Amino acid sequence: MKPKIAAQSGTFESSDVIILIEPLPDHSGRKLEISSTVMQQFGESFKRIVVDMLDQFELTDIHLIAKDKGALEPTIKARLETAIKRSLGEQEGTM
Amino acid sequence: MLNSLGREIPEYIEGIGKLEPFQGALTKLRKGWMDEPTIPAPNRAYLPHQSKLCTSLEDAILRSNPHNGMTVSFHHHLRNGDILLVQTLTILHNLGIREITLASSSLNECHDPILTYLKDGTVTRIFSSGIRSQLGRAIALGVLDIPAVIHSHGGRVRSIHTGKIHIDLAIIAASAADCEGNATGSHGKSAFGSIGYAVIDARYAKQVIVVTDNLVNYPCIPLSISQNFIDLVVVVDSIGDASQIATGTTRITNSPMDLRIAKLAADVIEHSGFFEPGFSFQVGAGGASLAVAKFIREKMKVKGLKGSFMLGGITSYCVDMLNDGLFETIFDVQSFDAVVSNSLLNNRRHIEIQAALYANPFNSGCITNKIDVVVLGALEIDVDFNVNVITGSEGNIRGASGGHSDTSSGAKLTVVVCPSFRGRIPIIKKRVHTIVTPGESVHVLVTERGICVNPAYKELEENLRRAGLNVKDIHDLEIEVDEITGIPAPLEYTDKIVGIVEYRDGTIIDVIHQLKEK
Repeated sequence: MKPKIAAQSGTFESSDVIILIEPLPDHSGRKLEISSTVMQQFGESFKRIVVDMLDQFELTDIHLIAKDKGALEPTIKARLETAIKRSLGEQEGTM
Repeated sequence: MLNSLGREIPEYIEGIGKLEPFQGALTKLRKGWMDEPTIPAPNRAYLPHQSKLCTSLEDAILRSNPHNGMTVSFHHHLRNGDILLVQTLTILHNLGIREITLASSSLNECHDPILTYLKDGTVTRIFSSGIRSQLGRAIALGVLDIPAVIHSHGGRVRSIHTGKIHIDLAIIAASAADCEGNATGSHGKSAFGSIGYAVIDARYAKQVIVVTDNLVNYPCIPLSISQNFIDLVVVVDSIGDASQIATGTTRITNSPMDLRIAKLAADVIEHSGFFEPGFSFQVGAGGASLAVAKFIREKMKVKGLKGSFMLGGITSYCVDMLNDGLFETIFDVQSFDAVVSNSLLNNRRHIEIQAALYANPFNSGCITNKIDVVVLGALEIDVDFNVNVITGSEGNIRGASGGHSDTSSGAKLTVVVCPSFRGRIPIIKKRVHTIVTPGESVHVLVTERGICVNPAYKELEENLRRAGLNVKDIHDLEIEVDEITGIPAPLEYTDKIVGIVEYRDGTIIDVIHQLKEK
């Protein structure tokens, strides 16, 4: 699967993360840009959550930007799921 | 060698000397005297009516025998508004002076410009209570060959009168001064309140320059600093950025988290057994700590309870409590806002004190020994109640020892307030990265998620449980928080020591290793 539309979720607030997703041309694979205020301490775990979630939705040809300000794992997962579902047109949301 | 908290302390460090390991908060003081000699203060002579006025800061410095390897001292009452430290080091740098020891009572973000002098060898040693911002990052990464020495406010006085810090030149900023160098911070356009940290510098430095932007007719009163210790006086346009020195009044935080923690801390104090008529009280100026004062003020009014004195860094909130008649007296070593300067100047129950009287462990009794309740913050605390207020979760030096270990060693009840985690970083650790205050000085930790009592204080724990407060074992809380945040990947360090943390008695409580850059 690939995203149908560009979508976003989350905020720039402390303890939250903002996720931006946009579709890429076919056969582009995944382009991930992850930045976090706690990259040093939780960077690896963050990347793993993103990849697992994209695998779960079998997504490719996707450009995903995550800017994290110390969100907890459940927050990260919820923001990711929301952004993905919005990009697939499965869920309404702001952009 | 290991100190009593299990930290590895080298026996000797080049450029610092022999180190004595920490053996307990009161171990050295118990014998009742100090073995370290007090060094003689310099003798000087001035002729009648000899002028001390210089035309510029540079002129004054040139007349103060600037030389390689000299120690220059400053005080940090102007906080982030100070401009004289950078100006002085720039002048010394331009004169080609090298290997300077910088002995400031603390360093702030406004001092970042001197990083270039650390890199080029102008400054090679630092003694300070606090280091932050780019300087803190650079020192953590090893910009200095000789480790920076972090001392407490009380410890700094001890270091100076025992000659560990041997000041060649002291620069004292004053918001009002006269031609002889009588000086104060309590009035003038750049008023900053108490000048308490600088008094020891004036007493022990070989040369003392008072710098003011407000030369008043002789005599300048009050004599916070007196002329018999002052060599030269300089009048400049500005001693600092007034908007950063002291503004209006300090507001109580409106962060729901801080208010929640503060409310719990006030409940702890109320039921601790120490909330009694005549109690003495100190709070920090930071978020949750200051907010505790708000709730204590309400509780004192409800109970009709009157306290003895407030101590320390003084905010307008403390002044309000004095004016409400809730406390008899304020002892002020550092003032945080403009209202405080006015009170210090005009209210005889608001007393300016010097750092020696505030917190020096090596005398016949400092005022921190008389505190009943102190509320302090923490960057990290561990399951043994050791507190870190100097290194951040990312490994940078980004805080200050300040009066943390001084006040906590003296208080009957030391309350540490902090959130259980900040931006996904757990604050309660198995082991803090750097110990500034030993766990034995900390009675109780208050977080939004529970209250943990040091197991050495059983009666306190019983009192709090009886009051129905949410008391938890600190080990349980540590695990609870880790489960919420996940366990952060550890930082990596080299063997090189970039900082040593002196306890107030001069023993070494911890060292800071060089952070590996990622």
